Amino acid sequence: MTGKKVAIIGVGLTKFGELWEKSYRDLITEAGVKAIGDAGIDGKDVQEIFVGSMSPGLFAAQEHIGALVADYAGLAGIPATRVEAACASGGLALRQAYTSIISGTKDIVVAGGVEKMTDVPTGLAMTALMGAGDEEWEAFNGATFPALYALMARRHMLEYGTTIEQISMVSVKNHANAKHNEYAQFQFDVSLEDVLNSSRVADPLRLLHCSPISDGAAVVILASEKKAKEICDNPVWITASAMATDTLALSDRKSLTQTNSAILAAKDAYKQAGVTAKDIDFAEVHDCFAIAEILAIEALGFCKIGAGGKYTEDGHTKIGGEHAVNTSGGLKGKGHPVGTTGIAQAIEATFQLRGTAGKRQVKDAEIGLTHNVGGSGATAVIHVYRRD
Amino acid sequence: MPVGIVGYGAYVPKYRIKAEEIAAVWGEDAEKIKSGLNVREKSVPSIDEDTATIAVTCARNALEQAKIDPSDIGAVYVGSESHPYAVKTTSSMVAEAIEATPVLMAADYQFACKAGTAAIQTVMGMVASKMIKYGVAIGADTSQGKPGDALEYTASAGGAAFIIGSENVLAILHDTYSYTTDTPDFWRREGAEFPSHGSRFTAEPAYFRHVLAAAKGLLEKNKMQPKDFKYVVFHQPNGKFPLNAAKKLGFTNEQVATGLLTPVIGNTYSGATPLGLAAVLDEANAGDKILAVSYGSGAGSDAFIIEVTKENEKRRNKKTVKSYINKKEYLNYSIYSKFKGKIKGVSLEK
Repeated sequence: MTGKKVAIIGVGLTKFGELWEKSYRDLITEAGVKAIGDAGIDGKDVQEIFVGSMSPGLFAAQEHIGALVADYAGLAGIPATRVEAACASGGLALRQAYTSIISGTKDIVVAGGVEKMTDVPTGLAMTALMGAGDEEWEAFNGATFPALYALMARRHMLEYGTTIEQISMVSVKNHANAKHNEYAQFQFDVSLEDVLNSSRVADPLRLLHCSPISDGAAVVILASEKKAKEICDNPVWITASAMATDTLALSDRKSLTQTNSAILAAKDAYKQAGVTAKDIDFAEVHDCFAIAEILAIEALGFCKIGAGGKYTEDGHTKIGGEHAVNTSGGLKGKGHPVGTTGIAQAIEATFQLRGTAGKRQVKDAEIGLTHNVGGSGATAVIHVYRRD
Repeated sequence: MPVGIVGYGAYVPKYRIKAEEIAAVWGEDAEKIKSGLNVREKSVPSIDEDTATIAVTCARNALEQAKIDPSDIGAVYVGSESHPYAVKTTSSMVAEAIEATPVLMAADYQFACKAGTAAIQTVMGMVASKMIKYGVAIGADTSQGKPGDALEYTASAGGAAFIIGSENVLAILHDTYSYTTDTPDFWRREGAEFPSHGSRFTAEPAYFRHVLAAAKGLLEKNKMQPKDFKYVVFHQPNGKFPLNAAKKLGFTNEQVATGLLTPVIGNTYSGATPLGLAAVLDEANAGDKILAVSYGSGAGSDAFIIEVTKENEKRRNKKTVKSYINKKEYLNYSIYSKFKGKIKGVSLEK
């Protein structure tokens, strides 16, 4: 990468949840307008748009998203592209926007994420989500994402002695953080007993280990270093943008308990940013299921491989711990409109580094990281952020 | 005299199936379902019972209390989403059975679970305008739930009939108010055996939006408050929704309790609000005020302000809702399947 930097100069997001009164285009337009306002720029300053959206065709019968978003933003004319990498679509959109600026071709680029998931029955939502897996080797055989992550959880429990209580503590912590997030779908606490006694979804995973089906959109405005210094007094710098891939099917991996894409992307990201895991004050990680947060903190090197359960139990991932993880509430507490998540993570990083995260603020936060995963780990997108 | 209820009649089939019995078949946790839905058991129609037989029984019970000449009945409207015939009326069968034919108006109503209260509104208007002396409004159902669906724990059978007139009323129908939108939360297409539903969409944007809006609208219109009522009856698709609706509006659990029947008989659909109202009338005394709010998917709510008169105590209904609830016989899932026509390859045409 070049020595130039990219800044986040504006953010906007909708509340996450079952937003019955809002359509797909309402959501992204609302988030976009908020982001433009937050950046204090004019719509016509935007030179290009990238939007992450996983499956609008199945969730909302709408494709051709790039043009739709530009149109409803009143910006028809500029280039606009939808990018897709399952639940990492948002992270990938951010990476595309970042690349567009770092390459020197653009100065102000929008990265958005949007998903409208609650307009279809649960069965259809499950089918759409399973598109993130391997249709021929997994879906045809009846696998769903709860089942795949349940396999990973079981294997982690077997190999490392991780307990269901430790896995459950991820949900307890993330709900406790979500309680202080006005955008979160679930702004309330759950106890360890609540999690352990919730309905079984795919043993050992219970309902309260699973992120919900959600509607929501998020938008960030990125600017080149030069432009940001001109127009923004509180930029948050993106110091690394990394992405890596792994086998699409879980069964093709050497290990069920290591997410290699995230391990590779983290290594690259730390190198780009010139930091190590120790330097990360807080991270937004992809806890689509509680076990996934344990796999994430291991892949990011916050603790040794296999030690994520104990690390969580010891409170190191709480706000005030060694690495505050999912201060926003994570996917479990905040909600998981799949294509939106990667951008929403970048927005939480922005709030933390601006020092505007309120009751969930990490003290003296300087360096943050976002970890956005597609499917069972076939795609991982990691960004590192730094305070001005 | 103002327009009101001159007689009412209830009916709930005697057969019951417990949540445990259904849960065992589908490998579900009965305790979670019972606490989640607040429904312990539901009524099941016998093999020879349908909406028409239930409606007839309700109408006969209502006549027994009203003690009027059936030939004075000028209209019969039956609301249901399980009319035995797609074409041919339930109301004509009822009218014939209670000897109100041939000079009367009759038709069948459908508005998911609020068809019965829509019938009450129609008859209220006809009596008030003196088009008729008496009219009968009935809500009755033998509702359907797809085997294995959450609805199977609640979809039950029952109904209630109200004879409405303007002489010797045992309860005055003071006012009514409806709130209607096109909201597709629950439906059954022509020819489909079982209904479909939008799962969580059936709650906030559907049931609660309409029930709360109708209740608030009627209270505001009449400058009344929850504390002015002794009883409140809400449509009760499960045992939880009406309690939540009550809480949101500022009613107490005590005001809801008498008319909340779902925990022990399930959701009788078009029969639900009418049966809840009948259960309240069984106990209410002169001067007691009742707020009744139905809900029908599709969607709409009808709200009523009702005031009980001395006449109710003079002519207490003998065939109480409680007597029907207490008379019960449990079925296992096999016999339940047979009664509900769920066994394939057997002709159970009635």
